Amino acid sequence: MSGRRSRSRQSSGTSRISEEQINDLIIKLQQLLPELRDSRRSDKVSAARVLQETCNYIRNLHREVDDLSERLSELLANTDTAQAALIRSLLTQ
Amino acid sequence: MASLVSDTEPPTYLNSTPTDLVRRKKRQSASSAAASSRRNNAASATAGDGDSHAPWRSEKQQRSYSANLIQALQQVRLSSYAAETPYPTAQKRGKAFREAADRALAVSARGRTLWSRAILFNRFKLKFRKQKRPRPAAIPAVITRGSSSSSSGRGTKKRRVTVVKLNKKSIPTVNRKVRVLGRLVPGCKKESVPVILEEATDYIQALEMQVRAMKSLAELLSGSGSGSGSGSGSGSAPPPI
Repeated sequence: MSGRRSRSRQSSGTSRISEEQINDLIIKLQQLLPELRDSRRSDKVSAARVLQETCNYIRNLHREVDDLSERLSELLANTDTAQAALIRSLLTQ
Repeated sequence: MASLVSDTEPPTYLNSTPTDLVRRKKRQSASSAAASSRRNNAASATAGDGDSHAPWRSEKQQRSYSANLIQALQQVRLSSYAAETPYPTAQKRGKAFREAADRALAVSARGRTLWSRAILFNRFKLKFRKQKRPRPAAIPAVITRGSSSSSSGRGTKKRRVTVVKLNKKSIPTVNRKVRVLGRLVPGCKKESVPVILEEATDYIQALEMQVRAMKSLAELLSGSGSGSGSGSGSGSAPPPI
């Protein structure tokens, strides 16, 4: 399974997971993060920094979802019939 | 399908009580959910699974949107009628809403990711028995696809930003941070490093989509709150006499 990535030359050996794979994954992750993607640093960004930013970003997203869901639940609880019709019209498009 | 739903809607809905409205809405939303999911199933089936990042930004967005909304609505209504507490606090309502939204998001992932399965199974408290088989097959497929896409997409020019090669000193740091990350992503507490990284990429995209959907929905609801009659853009629900 890991023999497919036979480019891994390093001999930290006992780990079946090659570092090339991990690097690729971290690069993919980095492309998703808004902070590290828009920055114009052409030099290397360390893997630890990417992971740290990822954790922060996920926590931010969680918090946003919580706030939004609280707001939405309040809005929906007070909704009246006209808004329900609006939602219905949205769903049937 | 749209006409089917609007035909069953009686014109006097504005005079009915909230309970009748909820019941009618549930039936209609169930049918509309089936209709929209069928439509989107056909659409996404033909689209295929070309890019690894595109699915979260195209038709799946619509699916998660409608599934999200319907489930959350039902959840909120049900919880308010269950009357376990005389008046559910905002925290509990928000929490129930969020759980429903997460569940809808997980359903939209169609069970191909760990975190979606973890979210869905946590409700029923099942053991993950089936995960052992698809997981080892999924990882090499994903990694080779990721490598091929990255090499073909960015093969002509070099990568602008590169990640420092993991040397022996930074491996424990990276491991520690990956563990922390694994705790944040649902269902990945005990997985290996590449699995956690892969799940995290998918999870971040899904969360972004969820935030976008909920934000637009909140804007819609709060924006039309001021003018109740003027909000009907498509005009599918004309007010009675």
